[in-house]
Amino acid sequence: MIAASEALNQLSSGWFLDHAYLIPIVPAVCFFIIILFGKRLPMKGSEVGVLSMVASLVLAGGTAMQWIDRVNSASEGQFISPVVHTWNWWQIGGMKFTIGQSIDGLAVIVLVVVAFISTLVQIYSLEYLRGDRRYTHFFAALTLFSAGMLAMVIAEDTILLLLGWEIMGLCSFMLIGHWWEDGANSRAALKAFFTVRTGDMGLLVGISMLYFASNDWTTENLGVSGFSIRGISAWALSGEPNSTVILVVSIALFIAAIGKSGQFPLHTWLPDAMAGPTPVSSLLHSSTMVVAGVFLVSRLYPVFFTGFDILGTGGNFITIIGGITIVIAAALAFVQNDIKKVLAYSTVSQLGYMMLGLGAGAWLPAVFHIFTHAFFKACLFLGAGSISHSASHHSFDMKKDMGGLRKVMPITFTTWIISTLALCGVFPFSGFFSKDEIIDNVGNNGYNTFMIIGLIGAFMTAAYMTRATYLTFFGTARGASAGEHHDEHDAHDAHDSHDSHAAASPHESGLLITVPLMILAVLALSSGFLNATPFGEKWELIKKWVEPSSAVVMETAPGGPGHSAALSLPKAEEGHHESPCGSETPEEGVCYAPQLQHAKFKWSKAAISLGIVFFGMLSSWFVCVALYTKKDKRLVGLTQRNGALRAGYKLLDNKYYLDTLYENVIVKAIAGPIAAGAYWFNNNILDGILHLVARVSRTVSGWVYRNIDQRVVDGTVNNSGRATRGVGGILQPVQSGKVSQYGALLFSAAAVAALVLVIINS
Amino acid sequence: MEMLRDENWVLSVGTFLPMVGVLLLLIVPKANDQLIKMVALFTSIATLAVGVFTLFKFNFDQAGSMQFVAENKWIPLIKSSYFIGVDGISLPMYVLSMVITLLVVIYSLNHIPSPGNPKAFFILMLVLQTGMAGTFIAQDLILFFVFFELVLLPMYFMIGVWGGENRQYASLKFFLYTMFGSALMLVAFLALFFKTGAESFAIPYLVENGGAIARNVQIWIFAGMFIGFAVKVPMFPFHTWLPDAHTQAPTQGSVILAAILLKLGTYGFIRIAIPILPEAAKAWAPYIGGLAVIGIIYGALGCLAQTDMKRLIAFSSVAHMGYVMLGVSTLTDFGMSAAMFGMVAHGLITGMLFFLAGSIKERYHTLEISRLGGLLTQMPRMGWILGMASMASLGLPGLAGFWGEFPAILSAYNPADGLNVTVFRVYMVIAALGTVLAAAYLLWLFQRVAFGEPKAEFAGGAHGADDHGSGHGHSQFEDVNKFEWIAWTPLLIAIVVFGVVPNLLFSMIDPAVHGILAGFKG
Repeated sequence: MIAASEALNQLSSGWFLDHAYLIPIVPAVCFFIIILFGKRLPMKGSEVGVLSMVASLVLAGGTAMQWIDRVNSASEGQFISPVVHTWNWWQIGGMKFTIGQSIDGLAVIVLVVVAFISTLVQIYSLEYLRGDRRYTHFFAALTLFSAGMLAMVIAEDTILLLLGWEIMGLCSFMLIGHWWEDGANSRAALKAFFTVRTGDMGLLVGISMLYFASNDWTTENLGVSGFSIRGISAWALSGEPNSTVILVVSIALFIAAIGKSGQFPLHTWLPDAMAGPTPVSSLLHSSTMVVAGVFLVSRLYPVFFTGFDILGTGGNFITIIGGITIVIAAALAFVQNDIKKVLAYSTVSQLGYMMLGLGAGAWLPAVFHIFTHAFFKACLFLGAGSISHSASHHSFDMKKDMGGLRKVMPITFTTWIISTLALCGVFPFSGFFSKDEIIDNVGNNGYNTFMIIGLIGAFMTAAYMTRATYLTFFGTARGASAGEHHDEHDAHDAHDSHDSHAAASPHESGLLITVPLMILAVLALSSGFLNATPFGEKWELIKKWVEPSSAVVMETAPGGPGHSAALSLPKAEEGHHESPCGSETPEEGVCYAPQLQHAKFKWSKAAISLGIVFFGMLSSWFVCVALYTKKDKRLVGLTQRNGALRAGYKLLDNKYYLDTLYENVIVKAIAGPIAAGAYWFNNNILDGILHLVARVSRTVSGWVYRNIDQRVVDGTVNNSGRATRGVGGILQPVQSGKVSQYGALLFSAAAVAALVLVIINS
Repeated sequence: MEMLRDENWVLSVGTFLPMVGVLLLLIVPKANDQLIKMVALFTSIATLAVGVFTLFKFNFDQAGSMQFVAENKWIPLIKSSYFIGVDGISLPMYVLSMVITLLVVIYSLNHIPSPGNPKAFFILMLVLQTGMAGTFIAQDLILFFVFFELVLLPMYFMIGVWGGENRQYASLKFFLYTMFGSALMLVAFLALFFKTGAESFAIPYLVENGGAIARNVQIWIFAGMFIGFAVKVPMFPFHTWLPDAHTQAPTQGSVILAAILLKLGTYGFIRIAIPILPEAAKAWAPYIGGLAVIGIIYGALGCLAQTDMKRLIAFSSVAHMGYVMLGVSTLTDFGMSAAMFGMVAHGLITGMLFFLAGSIKERYHTLEISRLGGLLTQMPRMGWILGMASMASLGLPGLAGFWGEFPAILSAYNPADGLNVTVFRVYMVIAALGTVLAAAYLLWLFQRVAFGEPKAEFAGGAHGADDHGSGHGHSQFEDVNKFEWIAWTPLLIAIVVFGVVPNLLFSMIDPAVHGILAGFKG
């Protein structure tokens, strides 16, 4: 160990890293400012929202720069300890609950993405929601939404993580239900919150179990509680955990991730969430909310790594769910007419890739996919919003109200195409570098079946995006984009009050909308080069900055911020992964991240997936031309004529009947017969027993009164009896029939009590 | 247990000050409404001032010790004494009762329920306050019992006179059910007294000597107390008086009932039953925990079946008190602290919800959920307050409800030594399921009441279907008024503050809980 310390450099830190906790605090405070004073401000609070996000972005940028410095200041293979600050929040029963920040590569990359996308979305919303009836409220909720995600990202402990997680749930409820006058919107909001909340049960259970399972170990070895994510990570890799416990924890936590990240079978809330305004969809689908589940898995990766024995088997819960999600969501995207729903299912499918990657040990590619996906998906959603805002009269129906828009909306079109190519994973767009890496690494880690699923998913992605692009931008203009006006628009944004646009013919959107689009498109094109594996090690910057070097020896418990006594050992040999922490074992040190390997990039492998993508695009293009423009008789109505296709279409059209199952079977059963049954039990059994006891007691006391009191006692205590009756006579008018019932009940109770006393004293 | 006897007049003054108000009110002529209200208001302000003074004088470094202890002869014949004091467990409840009473009085200034008669109404409320405060400071079982019973009468009349249509039934059910429990409780107290040598009713004395009672006898005595307290909490299956009482009670009654009265039961468990009879507590704990989680699920299902908003909130109390009792049943310091926090949080949040229900009823003259809708359009402020209270009630982190719920679930993972771990872990999962159901019934309520457009019968005003712009025209309903703001703001602030800084409460509760569980360590 002393030898190792020679190689140790003092890690650099800085103001931004030490004060990263300000990143969520600024928007959180601004939320209150907007809520309380927003309506009185000149721009109705929107300026506060935008400024808070810009401030967060600046802080996040500074943090990122200093983190990169910190990485560079480390010596070869040295563990770059996160910058940790904690404060005591509260304590009970000897448990200390701390709250704090823990900034590492993963936190930094997500912070930057979230702050960046949030800023652009808010700028975009200035124009998109202009004149909205709840403009102020919208910006307030949007700001709090980002604050929740940012808080979750910097969380040092599972409690803050849970806090951010739930705040996002609340904001999604507020934002999806933004136009709550419409029943459909408020139902969608309820569904989103409720579905996610169902998953949250797993989070509550998982966090509780983790705390109790790991607390002794973490307190002893690291001096932190069982809520500390670092502590939990180290514990999970220490060889200490009971395999059943950690498996149950992993399943519980992953259920939470399923709910939040829209994985099968809890993905059904995501497409409905399109009921919210488009900027919300964009933010929700690119960098906040749905990414939270993926982030949870990547943040607590050691737990899942050990729990599911990720490098040890050829399939586990995460990969299975991820794999299913990729395919079933992509299939659903084919039958949507609503452009936002295509994108929604596309998000679900892409989240499936991230989960698949995480489940198969491709941690870095999955995290990188969060990064690239955020840009192109935000761009696609904002593009869809731009179309509805300026061309299709607030409609999102591709078949009815779009078509041929490439000429009238050149900027929207170009950015859309760039983002689509990125989404499909075409070289050199960003999606290629992340998605292909996932597929490649999944195969490399022995998950061959899932690699094939990934490739099938790539084909489907290319095909449905080509269909959407064709319907929107090519062919002939239809409906609103052809200048027709609906008197009654049935689209989501029907409540949107852009009446000034109502009469205008399709045109390009204004600068507040196109500038964010262009910025995002540039990033969709270029962000992949931050980790361009094909060009060799030098280009793999994200890997260098984000991936924790795994083998770490800690001499003592981590001290102050950024001054952890981290000693380093050389990285484990390439390919050596028997022990999760490379060759290191806990008695020598503590390890915070599992040792993972990376697949070697080969153009031959990339060529296969690129070929599949192009094939998907081309075949889809020809089908679209034949079907939608030429109205080829062989294709039109095929799903009606062919029995098998009809059944398949029906299955897809009904979303695999999952919604039917949830809403009509489970929810209806619980809210209907089961709840009614419980209530019936309450009124008829419990109260019935009560009333019965009362009735019996009254009968018995009546009998006692008639037969014993009147005949036996009455003679002797005539006087007192008369007096009693006198009092009773006075009270009579006040009493209803029930009084005597209950009076009898009371006395029988006292009789039982006396019996108890006798038994006790005997 | 160490006892601090400084300033020992404070508690008596704080407790009996409302009685001075009662005496004054008796003199004031019935017709003089203004004067009656002023007397009631100033009495409750003065009471709270004494409460706040107590809070300042309280030595937080020794929150585990009894403070402001006063001991006087009372009924020497049965060896009962006037023995009072507060520690970190009593104090929050003691002060909370004063705060709630004051807020309810403020609310009542312009919300006297029919058939009016503010004089009697305020007298009852002040008597109630004395009873509640007294219960929390009593350190003698007979004294406790007297205060415990003193609470019953005013509430009985409040429901029976100022209640809804079915008030007769509801008030009697409430009264007799609780009396039934009290009778058993008294028997248990007496048994305890005799079994410890008929020396004293003082709780500290009993805590010291109760452990020596044979286990099977302890179990019987505990049974008596269990029924007495469980009826009050109320725990499944002794809860059926609660929905009726809540639904029929006037708003003020519901608020006090939910915020304070229910806590007398859980407080009894924590203060009396568990520390005095540790062996029995261990034997009973799995059953208490079981009934608690049944209550959580059952209460939630009951909520889902309701068509009346107030009845729904009443049933939600059954579910929430389930979390409190789950925390208690773990017999750990962690679980007890969670339970104490849950008691305060539930008092604030459900009190708030009942206030809202009252005000909504006052405006719409109905609480039938299917007839309500579009609250946010007609009364945006009230709608958002309802939203916030619902979110707090379903346990959103950052608001007070979370710190009662989550730690209670957490504590069930590791119950006290000697309790069956598997059973409690099953409880934990069921309790976690309860959070999902809580989200379901509360948000569903919120969606149906607040979202959407107002129903045709209440639409009225200038509000039309074409109004998709910013303004909403005038509605004939008054949004939150001045009195409501004054009464509600402290609750809303407290919900947020305790949610963000839970340590304010935990630091007070925690040391005291250690004292309670001292009998389990040996």
